[in-house]
Amino acid sequence: MQPPTVATEYFVVLSAVLFIMGVLGVLVRRNAIMIFMSVELMLNAANLALVAFARQWGNAGGQLTVFFVITIAAAEVAVGLALIVAIFRTKKSIDIDELNAMQG
Amino acid sequence: MEVIASFVPLVVILPFVGALINLFLGRYMSEKLIGAVATTAAGLAFAIAAVMTIGITAHGYEATVVNPPLLDSWLYIPSAAIDIPWQMRVDTLSLTMMLVVTGVGTLIHLYAIGYMHGDSRFARFFVYLNLFLAFMLILVTGNNFLMMFVGWEGVGLCSFLLIGFWFDKKHGEGWKNSNAARKAFIVNRVGDFGLLMAIFLIFWTFGTLDYYKPNEVLHLEGEPHSAAVDTLIRAGEGGHGGSSQKGVFAQTEAWLAEGGHIVSFGVFELPFETVITLITLFMLIGVTGKSAQIPLFVWLPDAMAGPTPVSALIHAATMVTAGVYLITRTSVLYHAAPLSSAIVTIIGIATALMAGFIALGQWDIKKVLAYSTVSQLGFMVAAVGLGGYAAGMFHLITHAFFKALLFLGSGSVIHAMEHGHHHAHAHGHAEGDSHGHDDHGEQADHGHDEAFDPQDMRNMGGLARRMPITFVTYLIGTLALAGIFPLAGFWSKDEILGKAFNAGFNDGKIEGFLALGVLMVAAGFTAFYMWRQIKLVFLGVPRTEAAAAAPESSPSMTIPLLVLAALTIFGGALNVPLGVSGVLVLGVLFIMAGFWLLWALPGVRLFFIGRAEPVTSQPTVNPIFRLIVLASSAAFILSGAAIMFVPSLGASYQLEVLVLWLEHSVPYTKGLTLNPILAIVALSVGIAGILLAQRVYSPSALAEGNQDILEAQPSTRAAFRLSNAKLYWDETYGRFIEQPYNRAAAWLANKLDWEFWHDRFHHTVFRDFYKRAADFIATPVDRGAIDQGFLRIARGVAQIAARLRGVQTGYVRTYVFTMLFGVVLVMLILLLPLLRQ
Amino acid sequence: MEKNDMLINIVLFSPLVGIALLLIFGRAREERIKWVALVSSLVTLAFSIILLGAFDQSKAGMQLENLGEWFRLGNYTVSYYVGVDGLSVLLVVLTAFIMPLAILFSLYHVKDRVRLYYSFLLLLEFAMIGVFVAQDLFMFYVFWEVSLVPMYFLVGIWGSEQRIYAAVKFFLYTMAGSILMLLAILWMGNHFGTFNVMQIKAAIEAAAGTPEGAFPSAVTELLLFLGFFIAFAIKVPIWPLHSWLPDAHVQAPTAGSVILAGVLLKLGTYGLVRFNLGLFPQMSVTLAPIIGILAIIGIIYGAWVSYAQTDVKKLVAYSSISHLGFVVLGIFALNAAGISGATLQMINHGISTGGLFLVVGMLYERRHTKAIDAFGGVWKALPVFSGLALVITLSSMGLPGLNGFVGEFTILLGTAGSPVLGLGFAFFGTIGVILAAVYLLYMWNKVFMGEYKAPAAAAHGDFALAPATGGGHEGDGEDVHADHGHDDHGHGGENPYPPLMWNEVTALVVVVVAAFVIGLYPRPFFGYMDASTNAAAAELSRYIPNQAASENIQAE
Repeated sequence: MQPPTVATEYFVVLSAVLFIMGVLGVLVRRNAIMIFMSVELMLNAANLALVAFARQWGNAGGQLTVFFVITIAAAEVAVGLALIVAIFRTKKSIDIDELNAMQG
Repeated sequence: MEVIASFVPLVVILPFVGALINLFLGRYMSEKLIGAVATTAAGLAFAIAAVMTIGITAHGYEATVVNPPLLDSWLYIPSAAIDIPWQMRVDTLSLTMMLVVTGVGTLIHLYAIGYMHGDSRFARFFVYLNLFLAFMLILVTGNNFLMMFVGWEGVGLCSFLLIGFWFDKKHGEGWKNSNAARKAFIVNRVGDFGLLMAIFLIFWTFGTLDYYKPNEVLHLEGEPHSAAVDTLIRAGEGGHGGSSQKGVFAQTEAWLAEGGHIVSFGVFELPFETVITLITLFMLIGVTGKSAQIPLFVWLPDAMAGPTPVSALIHAATMVTAGVYLITRTSVLYHAAPLSSAIVTIIGIATALMAGFIALGQWDIKKVLAYSTVSQLGFMVAAVGLGGYAAGMFHLITHAFFKALLFLGSGSVIHAMEHGHHHAHAHGHAEGDSHGHDDHGEQADHGHDEAFDPQDMRNMGGLARRMPITFVTYLIGTLALAGIFPLAGFWSKDEILGKAFNAGFNDGKIEGFLALGVLMVAAGFTAFYMWRQIKLVFLGVPRTEAAAAAPESSPSMTIPLLVLAALTIFGGALNVPLGVSGVLVLGVLFIMAGFWLLWALPGVRLFFIGRAEPVTSQPTVNPIFRLIVLASSAAFILSGAAIMFVPSLGASYQLEVLVLWLEHSVPYTKGLTLNPILAIVALSVGIAGILLAQRVYSPSALAEGNQDILEAQPSTRAAFRLSNAKLYWDETYGRFIEQPYNRAAAWLANKLDWEFWHDRFHHTVFRDFYKRAADFIATPVDRGAIDQGFLRIARGVAQIAARLRGVQTGYVRTYVFTMLFGVVLVMLILLLPLLRQ
Repeated sequence: MEKNDMLINIVLFSPLVGIALLLIFGRAREERIKWVALVSSLVTLAFSIILLGAFDQSKAGMQLENLGEWFRLGNYTVSYYVGVDGLSVLLVVLTAFIMPLAILFSLYHVKDRVRLYYSFLLLLEFAMIGVFVAQDLFMFYVFWEVSLVPMYFLVGIWGSEQRIYAAVKFFLYTMAGSILMLLAILWMGNHFGTFNVMQIKAAIEAAAGTPEGAFPSAVTELLLFLGFFIAFAIKVPIWPLHSWLPDAHVQAPTAGSVILAGVLLKLGTYGLVRFNLGLFPQMSVTLAPIIGILAIIGIIYGAWVSYAQTDVKKLVAYSSISHLGFVVLGIFALNAAGISGATLQMINHGISTGGLFLVVGMLYERRHTKAIDAFGGVWKALPVFSGLALVITLSSMGLPGLNGFVGEFTILLGTAGSPVLGLGFAFFGTIGVILAAVYLLYMWNKVFMGEYKAPAAAAHGDFALAPATGGGHEGDGEDVHADHGHDDHGHGGENPYPPLMWNEVTALVVVVVAAFVIGLYPRPFFGYMDASTNAAAAELSRYIPNQAASENIQAE
């Protein structure tokens, strides 16, 4: 008996929604932490898509890649948060609109 | 003869050795020893020459060519066919010159020992004198033109050294001496230029510079040969450089006989006759330089800056006669070039007249003699120009005697004047040291403040009583120079005039007539200025303290005077143009002259000195003088008697000894018979000159204010001043040659070479051009085009960048949005092919 | 000849060995450096005389040769080719002869940077000998350029006030000429396929008769000729390229002037004979009258200009222009007499003008001035020195019996009979002989003769201050008798003319003896060069149109 399956399309749609939310979050939010979280959201949206296609094709490569992504995301969070803390310490703010030193 | 003649190198080497000894050891030797070495060297050379003379007489007057040992060759370049050896020639001409040079030279050496006594460079003086003798002997003994040239320049060098001997005198005298020396050398160099050119021409014409090859003989007149020089082809006896080659003179004769010979000089060709004329004319330039003829005589009067023995030896007796010797030696060439000979004659007579005129107005005792020498050299040159080679040589010899005598006499006077001056001065200041015969060269340094010229005749007068020997010998010299019978000068001058007479009347040459007239006038001048000198120097009353205190000179100075006086009296016997009968008369006259000198002289002197002034002390005649005059008179009588009474020497014996003697080495030498009318005319000219001078310069020798009598008279003032100014020769040369040369040199050196070529041209053309080019490359090209180009590019980039800068807002969302946009774009591009399908 | 193979190399490289020895000596032993240099130069002289002894006079061509490959340049081999003929063997000996004189003079006068100084002198000797023995165009060029460098530094470091200017000028002038020569050399190497002079010469001689000739066109030959000629003309220097010479001479140290006049200028005249005459006979014949005129102008111009100088050294420098004019005139007389005379005159000029520079140097060391007007009456102060100086002056003036005359006479004789120049050139050349007397006697008179002139500052002032103790002295400073040992030390002043030191006397005596030897007996010197000049003249005569006539004269 075939276990009940969810069609891959749903996963992909969910992944796309999550990704767009992440993108919008990055574009719209001014708090660095929020942007950071939006980025995480985008990453996980991608993870979701990877896992969904891995299931469809019965290929473990997708899941494997997701593990790597999660690991790296953890490292990235560590670095990213440290950066934000450092920014906060110098600027007393994590509003990225105030961090416009790169302006040409 | 070969054996005896092979001693000839010794004649040259001995004076050289003497010079070397004195040069290196002189500082350790006493004056006497130095003088002895030098005089011995000269005397030995004379002795060897005398021995060779006897030898050559005994061997038929045959000339010999001698190659000195060790020096096998000099200029030897086989590839260029140049082979000029150190080769000497002993023949009657070179022997004559050797005898005169060493004979007179020895006497003057002897004299110089006394004259130069105390000089700080005593040894050096004798080094130069000996060196001079050596070079002069090289000049006369060389067998080729180059050896002659060696001597020619060498004597010029010695002359330079000796004129400038007192280069360090104070008060500007030293500079004057140095400049006189330099002038002499440079003017002589101009002459040497001519001689060098002649030598080049001779070499490329004849291929050799030898006078004669060893196998050549001269033919005397009357022998059945057309040519005077002939080359003998002796079997198995090759000369130096092959027997086929002829010497210069033999080749000349051969080509002249052949006729129409063309000489090629590489780039052009000339007929042989023209070449000969060119050669002789170039040689003439040399002659005018060395023998002080117009236009190059100007050095000789200045050369009197040298010590007086030098003036006597070099600038009167020997060196200056080298030109006459040269023409006599090359008589074959001059014989073949009538045009050159005519020019020689004209130069000679012009010089004789001009210098005679200048001598009339001089105050310096030596300047008078110097111009007189120039004038007499003019006589000699005129003689050889007229073809009277023997006459020229004869006058050369007699002139050597009496002019050396006169110069030495003047030296004695100057010496005495200096001593007299010193004496008077020392007494005046009571400083003692009155007998200190001090360093001659520093006489003038002793700090006498007033300018005193011991050579100015205005400071003299009345010296006859103070210096009897000098006076008598000087008088003999004067009379000989004036051509008074029977002294040597009469015979030799008469022979020259006879030559001129013959050239004019027999050969119809214009220059002959000209020479006769002009030389007569010059002879008159001679007598006049010499008697003027006697009046000014010896007669009358002393005009200065110095003249009043002048002492007679030492024996080493007076003995040469006496010997030369004897030679002056009897020197005419060398070439008396008389037959045997004439000798009787002559002998009697000579004896009379001797007696006249001995007995009549004190009275004569009294007559000349003037009755107005009482003679306080009767000077005694030196016994040596008495003895010598007696001895020489006796010798002459004995020799005359020998000629008459020894049968083998008798009947056919011709008395023109010199002509007969020179015939063996000088082609085209002709004797001359005495022309009694001419002789009497010449004699009267001489006597007239003396009498005129005696009349003019009596009772007082000087007019008011130390003026000459002639200057004081308005009618002769202009002429005297002209003469006194030496006809402005020096000024003219200074104005037209020296100054332009100097100015041109300064212009060339400072303006053209330095300012223009070295600075401006170099700087503007080379440096500035380089600089400007560099500037051009640096500023418009490098800074301009290239640099600006890159700058513009950079600026453009910057502008674009500034515009692009706006993109960088610094807001993260802008970047994210851009990225997103980019991603979408990339995806669109990637998906585009799918969409198309 | 086998045993002499290395001889020429020994002569060439012995100065380098000397330099190596100089470098070994430590700072502590600096005193000895000058002696090492002197001995080294004497050793070179000894070897060069052995070389002269091994030389066979009867042969015309190169002798004692040494040929090997040096390096390859593209297709062309540059050979190490050294050898001497009659001309260069004499010049090698001259170089080796002048160098000890220069060092001898420097012994006590050069005090700073001694090691460097002597190294440069020996390097210069090496380069100059190299120029004379190199028989490969490329090698010749290398030595030619190497000779520039030490001279540049000698002038630039040990010279007088304007030394840098003079050194740079010297360098640039010579370099400018060298560049043209380098172009010509490269063209020749390319055209003939070799840099070997003898091979090139053989090729040119072989092609002489053929209608196409050795060179593509006359213009090419002219340009090549000029390439060499201008380089040499600058070095000689031929008027009007002389303006570096007075600067270099005046500013150079004495030893530098001696070498410059003695040898360095001869590189130019040597090059003219070896390369211009040897490689371009046709062009030499064609251009001889023009070059002759330049030489004549140089003779008269140099003499005239030097007469107006106020600086002794400059006067002597300009006299070099005049003297070298004679040499060039002799070379371009294109006959055996002219070339022989010119070769001998190269040696003579080295000796007499080198000697004159020594004399000037000695005067300068005593008075520290070179102004003619500052001197006067030196003859009285220094009789021995003046006597030697007189002989040297006279030799420079060309007095018979001394060396200068033999050379000048032979040159002028050759010029007078030259198939291309002729009497007119000899006429003006001989005028140069008069003018030589004018300027040299001017110098001699002003410096050595005349009244004694005390130096204005030192001695005179002291005289004025000192109490007049000496009895005869007037206190006017005029009565200095240095030659009597009666100097003015007693007056507190210093004798301005200290007597000569042994090294100075030796140097001058050697020069004087050489002048006499060549003047009285030049035969051996002519003997060495005779076969070579004969060959050169014979080769040249093939190119002279109307040679037949003058050959007749030579036969007579």
